Order: sequence, then C-alpha cells, then structure tokens
Amino acid sequence: MKTVYVDNAATTAMSDKAIEAMTPFLKGVYGNPSSLHTVGQVAKEHLEDARARIAKCLNCEPREVYFTSGGSEADNQAIRSAAVNGARKGKKHIISTAFEHHAVLHTLKKLEKEGFEVTYLPVHADGLITAEEVGAAIREDTALVTVMFANNEVGTVLPIAEIGAVCRAKGVVFHTDAVQAVGHIPVDVQGQNIDMLSLSAHKFHGAKGVGALYCKRGIPLNTFIDGGAQERNKRAGTENLAGVAAMAAALEEACANMKENSEKLSLLRDRLIEGLLKVPHSKLNGDRKKRLPSNVNICFEGIEGESLLLLLDAKGICASSGSACTSGSLDPSHVLLALGLPHEIAHGSLRLSLSEYNTADEVEYIVQEVPKVVEYLRNISPVWEELEKGLKPHLI
Amino acid sequence: MALYSEKVMDHFTNPRNVGKIENADGIGEVGNAKCGDIMKIYLKIENDIIVDVKFNTFGCGSAIASSSMATELIKGKPISEALTLTNKAVAEALDGLPAHKMHCSVLAEEAIRAAIKDYYDKNGIAYDKAEFPDPTDEDEHHIDED
Repeated sequence: MKTVYVDNAATTAMSDKAIEAMTPFLKGVYGNPSSLHTVGQVAKEHLEDARARIAKCLNCEPREVYFTSGGSEADNQAIRSAAVNGARKGKKHIISTAFEHHAVLHTLKKLEKEGFEVTYLPVHADGLITAEEVGAAIREDTALVTVMFANNEVGTVLPIAEIGAVCRAKGVVFHTDAVQAVGHIPVDVQGQNIDMLSLSAHKFHGAKGVGALYCKRGIPLNTFIDGGAQERNKRAGTENLAGVAAMAAALEEACANMKENSEKLSLLRDRLIEGLLKVPHSKLNGDRKKRLPSNVNICFEGIEGESLLLLLDAKGICASSGSACTSGSLDPSHVLLALGLPHEIAHGSLRLSLSEYNTADEVEYIVQEVPKVVEYLRNISPVWEELEKGLKPHLI
Repeated sequence: MALYSEKVMDHFTNPRNVGKIENADGIGEVGNAKCGDIMKIYLKIENDIIVDVKFNTFGCGSAIASSSMATELIKGKPISEALTLTNKAVAEALDGLPAHKMHCSVLAEEAIRAAIKDYYDKNGIAYDKAEFPDPTDEDEHHIDED
C-alpha cells in the first residue's frame, strides 16, 4: 500500500539537497567550530556560511541569527528573555493570543506563576486577530507582544507586518513564532517589523533537532543555556553543524521555489477543500483565503477524530486531528476551542497539511477515501443517529 | 500501529455486533459527546439469557474496540454473568489498552450495566440500586488498572 503523507505541519521529509548538505559533516568535516586548529576552523567557516545564508533568507544580518535545538527552544528563549528584560524596567505585562503553540503558551503560563500578567487576545471565528486589537491591548507596562505568524492547526496567516508596526510605534518588543511560516510564505524580518522570530528546520524539509532564533540587533537577548561561548554567549553547547548546514540548504531551496510551490499547493489545497466539503455537515476551520497554501482543517459532525485517523492510516493516509483522544487529554484542541467551536464538533476535526512532494493523484485518493470513512463512522455513531432523527439540532 | 495492540485494531477495524436491535429489551447509553465518547448498547433477553447484543459508539479507536469486545464477552451469557464483567476484563481481552484509554473499557462496562438496568426497569424486576450507580456521574468512574 502506498503511503500518502499529509501531515507536513507535524514534520516533513528531508529534501535531497538538505541531506547532501548534511552528509559531509557526518562523514569528514567533524571539527568543533570552537577549536583553534584547522579542522575546527574549517567547521567554523561552514557554520558561519550557513548563518549568512539563513540571514539572507530572513533579510537580516548574520549576527542576528542564533542557532537553537528547534522552534520550541527559540520560543522559550525569546519570550523568557523579553519578559525578564522588561521586568527590569518594571514592565511585567505580555500580550499573546489564545491559539499559540504550546511552546509559547506553556512558557507564558510559567511566567504568570512568576508574577507576569498575560493578556491572551481572543481569536475570531475565522482564526484571525487584527493589529488594532493588539494595539488596544498594549499598556505602559507591556514588555512583549508574541503572536504566531501562521497557526499550526487551522493554517491561518496573521497580519504580522501590521502587528509589528503597531508594536514598533509603541516601543514594545515583538516576537513571532514563525515555525509554520518560514520557507512556506514570504518572511522578511525588516519589512515586517519583527524583533524576534523562531523557526524550525524540520518544517521545511530540514533535519529535526535544529532551529534558529532571529533577534534584532539592539534587542537584549539573555543566555538560555549556560556553558561555553557559542552563539555569541547566548546559547552554550557545541553547534549541531550537520543540522545547521542542512537547515541552510533546505531554507534556500524552499525560498527559491516558494512561488512555484505555493501555487502548486494552493491548487491541491483548494481541491481538497472543495472535495471534502461535499460531505454533508462538514465545515472548514480557519479563514478560506488568509491561510497557508498547505493547510486544510475540516470538522465532520457526529464522528470522533482519532477513529477517523486510524481508519485513514489503514488506507495509507497519514493525517492529524485536534480530537482529545489524539492529545492524550480530555479536551479537544485549544486552537479549535479558541475559534469558538463546540467540544463535540472539535472532536471531529481532520487536519491535512501538504508539501510539494504531494501529487494531484494523492489528493484525489484522499477526496475519494475520506467521505467513505466518515460515512462508516457516522453509521455506527449514536450521536449521528440523534442528529439525523432530529432529536438534536445539527451544529454545522 | 504501535499505539494499540493487534486485537484492539482488529476489533476497531472489524467491530463485532455493530448496529441496533429494534424493540430491544434493554438499552444503555453512557458518556457524552463533549468528552468525545458515547456508547449505546442494545440487549435482546430471553429467559435471563442475553441472546443478542448490538452497539453504536461515537469515540476513538479504543472506545469502538472496547464496545465490540464487551458485546462479544456477554453474548449468549446469563444476565448474572454479564453483570460480573469488569472494565479490566474487557481491557485484558483486548490484550491491554494504553493507560489514558482505560476509561473506554469503563464506558463499556457501564453501558452494559445501564442496559441491564433498563431491562429490569422495563420489566418491573427488583434490584439493589446500590449496584447500579449513575454512570453519568464522572466521579463514579472506577478504573481498574494494573
């Protein structure tokens, strides 16, 4: 059976170019970039070359790029740092949204326990917020605004440049978790008024376990891991050179092909949306237009997401869901709840996230198979029976 | 799939006793859609024997598999034996469930008890109310794990 992988928001397959870029550092160039000798200095040159190439893709200076173990670490470092430095000036208020990634939300929850006050801006039903809403929430004591670039579950793309402009005008540090955006949609830290940005390589066909934090010159950044002087004293530990080299190659490739990939993915995405919304009592989550070219997120009433995923997996389709059962908790996805979906609807969500490696044939296969599985599950669902008998009203 | 045993996957992908029984002698429904699990069990009873049993379930893979296994375990059995079925026995028959999925086996046990209680109520059969706690009360969930 053929595998149809449509869970690229979770992780992507490495590109051939990224693997090629990585290989010399696994076999041959093994030096420690901190070593004084030639073997070390060769490694150092490669490290700085990768940094410069990544900086170019983000439109910043190489010295503004700090390598991390991934998006979560970058989020933790950026938020903690901005919070602590704000507190030094008596600013202990942070603004974010209700549907951030847990790397951001859990860091903020911890800061709340440490005495910070966090405003979680409510998200509209379409999965968006406005720059005006951010502006209205900024106070004298606001230390940081952290708003994701694009949502990992419903794929909505937020007005980052506008939010950045509002923050800059009011002199507040602006961080964005751009893990789902970098390599997929245009990101320009200068043009979009971004002070800090987190990215993760494995979301754009790089390797797992490596990412970066962009921190604008002049914005104070605290050391996150104590130890050696790597990453300009901000993050100790011998650099993951193989991962960094692969990240630079993957990002260059993603940025070079962005327009072409985006056009291809938008067509595939739209075909999926059109085909799957033919299922009665289904609903697309997130704005139809302001969304990642790769993201489809649909709720089917009367069924539960985990059983849907397992049956799709049996047909070779790898997808994900915001149902409680897939999260290991009793509540469905906080993102879907933030969009105002009732629990019983959120349990029946399906996220399909594409990459340029997917084909039109795969999309047709999904459009053909998903409705069958939904129908099967509805036929054995007592919830669906009540809805169909009119004992309860359909919610979607 | 590593999440579930082969037996769970078998009962999930080929569930036994799926469906409804018209004019069932006892019907039990437990769980709620908000939490993501609802199980409904239909019983046909003759001379205190469960001659037929069907289920409908809204829920995850283990909820559907637990319903399927539980119905297999009580089909053709006397009511007295069905009442001794524990969630642990359902989980064991499935070669185990992940810890956070044990509540699915509890739902199966509760759904069967609720269906039997319904049968008793419909037929005016006396029973000890203490043996049939209200399964809609979340605090009554008793999960036997080992």
